[in-house]
Amino acid sequence: MTDLTKPQSRKSYHLQFGLLFGIVFGFLLQKGGVGKFHVLIGQLLLDDWTVVKIMASAVIVGMIGIYSLHSAGRVELHIKATKLGPNIIGGLLFGSGFALAAYCPGTNIAALGQGNWDAVIVAMGLIAGSYLFAEASSVISRTIDNWGDYGKLTLPEVMHLPARYLVPLLAIILTALLWTIERLN
Amino acid sequence: MRLTFFYLTILLLPAVTIAAPLEPVDPLDYRGGAWSPYLVGGLIGVLSWLTFLFSNKALGASSQYATAAGGLGKAIAPRHTSSLKYFRDNPPKFGWGMMLIIGMLLGATAAAITGDEFTPQFLPEMWVDRFGEETYLLRGLTAFAGGLFMAFGARLAGGCTSGHGISGTMQLSVGSWIAATCFFIGGIATAFLLYRL
Repeated sequence: MTDLTKPQSRKSYHLQFGLLFGIVFGFLLQKGGVGKFHVLIGQLLLDDWTVVKIMASAVIVGMIGIYSLHSAGRVELHIKATKLGPNIIGGLLFGSGFALAAYCPGTNIAALGQGNWDAVIVAMGLIAGSYLFAEASSVISRTIDNWGDYGKLTLPEVMHLPARYLVPLLAIILTALLWTIERLN
Repeated sequence: MRLTFFYLTILLLPAVTIAAPLEPVDPLDYRGGAWSPYLVGGLIGVLSWLTFLFSNKALGASSQYATAAGGLGKAIAPRHTSSLKYFRDNPPKFGWGMMLIIGMLLGATAAAITGDEFTPQFLPEMWVDRFGEETYLLRGLTAFAGGLFMAFGARLAGGCTSGHGISGTMQLSVGSWIAATCFFIGGIATAFLLYRL
């Protein structure tokens, strides 16, 4: 029996773990209903709050666990650089594409799994768009990519509030947000 | 002549469809998720502990489409593809992330079949109620354009709804909170234009 608590044996099962975690992730997304066109568009029309409910609960549970594991020295964080220009411009572009496609890159796989064949066209668009970005990548790296580059930046740093206070506080705020959504609907 | 007509149709179709009176639709008229969103979200949260702990990775999806694009590009135009900055910095490699995507497809299929929700179709019900039957070309075009914009936007922003929206926000990354907010601003604005006008 391999001891999976040892980093070395984890490494040799690296791809198997990817597959296993993917199976769980895909299963959950489909069961959550986010492989469905009307659930995703319903969120963007502010009628169906399933997407926000899933994301907020994942963030509450995820951040408590990950920051606990991190402070215990068990995991490394994987934080991407904060770049205001790319985050905002790319984010808005992504959002408008999300409304056109209805499926985002992850939920597109869930849509495909339940037989929504329009997701095949979305995947083709995603592949084409990725190549187009690669074509533009050297120009972008000299321009937009440098607009408002703050490097790796976290909320505890900008708010001068240690994670051990901010995480519970944010958990309470997000829970209150979910409670409000539930009350209003 | 015939070709000109074809291109005109593609260009005019969205305009014609938008000009025609469209049916109002309510997303809540259709069947939602099988499981509670809080249960699903909570379990995705737990799953993210496990990916950090056992794989030293965060959940994310969009970059794998770039891996596929790079792989295809290397097969078709190897010299040109290898010359592009993005693929020099991120060589397309089959790895953990692609295994995650394959797993997701298997998991979603299993969930759909066990929940009696495997419903092969090209046009979603709500789409048909809004834009009409036989609107294959229009749906194909919006789906492709949507994918194109999302991939370009995700690569620019550094992630998608999974990478920034879930994994980045739970790590309290400032850029992820900004990007996720912009996903929704852009998405809500575009969705209202498409479905509420």
